[in-house]
Amino acid sequence: MIATIFITPLAASTASTIFLPVIILGALGLIFGLVLAFAAKVFAVKIDERVEQIIAALPGANCGACGQAGCAGYAASIVESDTAINLCAPGGAAAVEKIARIMGKTAVAQARKVAVFHCSSGGYNNTKWKYAYQGIESCKSAVNIADGPNLCSWGCVGFNDCQKACVFDAISVDEQGIRKVDPAKCTACGACVAACPRKLIMLIPETKHVVINCSSKAKMPLAKQLCGTEKPCIGCGLCSRKCPVQAITVDGNLARIDYAKCIDCGLCATVCPTKCITDSKAGKRLKAEIEAEKCIGCTICAKICPTQAISGELKQAHSVNKDACIGCEQCVGKCPKKAIIMK
Amino acid sequence: MGFLGQLFSMAIAAILIQNFVLARFLGLCPYLGVSKKLDSAFGMGMAVIFVMTMASAFCYIIYQYLLVPYGLEYLQTLAFILTIAALVQFVEMVIQKNSPALYKSLGVYLPLITTNCAVLGVAILNITPLADGSRYNFLWSVLNGFLSGVGFTFVLLAMAGIRERLELVDMPKSMRGMPSGLILAGIMALAFYGFMGMKV
Repeated sequence: MIATIFITPLAASTASTIFLPVIILGALGLIFGLVLAFAAKVFAVKIDERVEQIIAALPGANCGACGQAGCAGYAASIVESDTAINLCAPGGAAAVEKIARIMGKTAVAQARKVAVFHCSSGGYNNTKWKYAYQGIESCKSAVNIADGPNLCSWGCVGFNDCQKACVFDAISVDEQGIRKVDPAKCTACGACVAACPRKLIMLIPETKHVVINCSSKAKMPLAKQLCGTEKPCIGCGLCSRKCPVQAITVDGNLARIDYAKCIDCGLCATVCPTKCITDSKAGKRLKAEIEAEKCIGCTICAKICPTQAISGELKQAHSVNKDACIGCEQCVGKCPKKAIIMK
Repeated sequence: MGFLGQLFSMAIAAILIQNFVLARFLGLCPYLGVSKKLDSAFGMGMAVIFVMTMASAFCYIIYQYLLVPYGLEYLQTLAFILTIAALVQFVEMVIQKNSPALYKSLGVYLPLITTNCAVLGVAILNITPLADGSRYNFLWSVLNGFLSGVGFTFVLLAMAGIRERLELVDMPKSMRGMPSGLILAGIMALAFYGFMGMKV
């Protein structure tokens, strides 16, 4: 039956042994192609146009900070599975606003975070070496050989895996070989956090200025011998005891700040014996002052003050002890009459 | 032997004795690649069963009624690949339209089956003469495709189940993931070697 369609009266000659397979396979391909083209029309699935709009609103870095595989995946999950719309770290407030308009939802942008190194070592001149590493120029490979070429097995190895991982060009290396994060360019996508084999990088809210510049869990005398900058955390716990809000915990000879509790007062940096804690706002903090005419004497500020710097009787105007005030600004937001100003 | 008896013996052969993965060593890439999670292994298995059954049917028709009459059996690989690719594309479109949930759960595995050698393998084995010189007819080809798919799914699920448990085991770092997976695959193949001599 089918034979009559394809076979011409040609005998089994050379021509037919070449052309017959070509014709049959060609026809097969053509039929399949036509069927698929037809099926594509019949079974066309409408893609929600909001997905396209959201993809356009996202930065397109495919960094994965939102937890999805890429920007397209995030857009699809916003439309289909009602995912929160403020997860895009690189897009920030601008992207949230655009997506909010597309989806008709409201959401606040999450507090902006920046990547911060928790090690002061790792440069050309401030690292103590165990051996000369001559392998692949990568932190990930270097740390696999005898716990890394640097003496401190918690510290930065200095092969800049974090810089290579950063798609936003936010990490630079200065002439001393030390990595610096540009807070303006950093989008808190977390690529460097994942790239660092020593887990030295953490994402910290932009509004916090106090950082513990160490990740060493070595015990007291050893930590200082290992550290190239001799500014390790020795786990003495002074900062933890001094912290007015109990935001610092010492675990395994290493202090860590809980930034959800931290009020950015900088007290810990002033007591750290090894100067391991840095405070970029030190000396720039203002002192609180209560405007007596506005104060109604509710004592809320006195209760919230971490250093008991505010005193005053109930229903009497309060005053601030300027020597005790640490400038944490906790009282400013709490005052119902907006009577406290920073000077 | 009645129909059911024949079916039973074919099932035992396809699932245990001549298992596609562990006896014929076909379709190893999804066996190692998609066996990390039980859920996705199950989805992949279902997709393979479906495509293998469909491919058996279509390839058999194309071979018997298009290639054999013109003596073009030597083009079978080319024609089968073409058929399987078109079939998978078509199935993907239909599933995407009619069952978005299933489409989502199968994800990337559905188009990947196009290049799965187990699917091509079953199509070619269906038209290959058996030991006694006879060949499968259309019905038995389709059944063979279906049962081979079941055998593939069975092994894939066993592998995924064991690997999920292996994730929790305290193993040396260098053995985690693929190395232990390969050793596991070898041990499973050895175990299935025991079925080899079985006569049904």
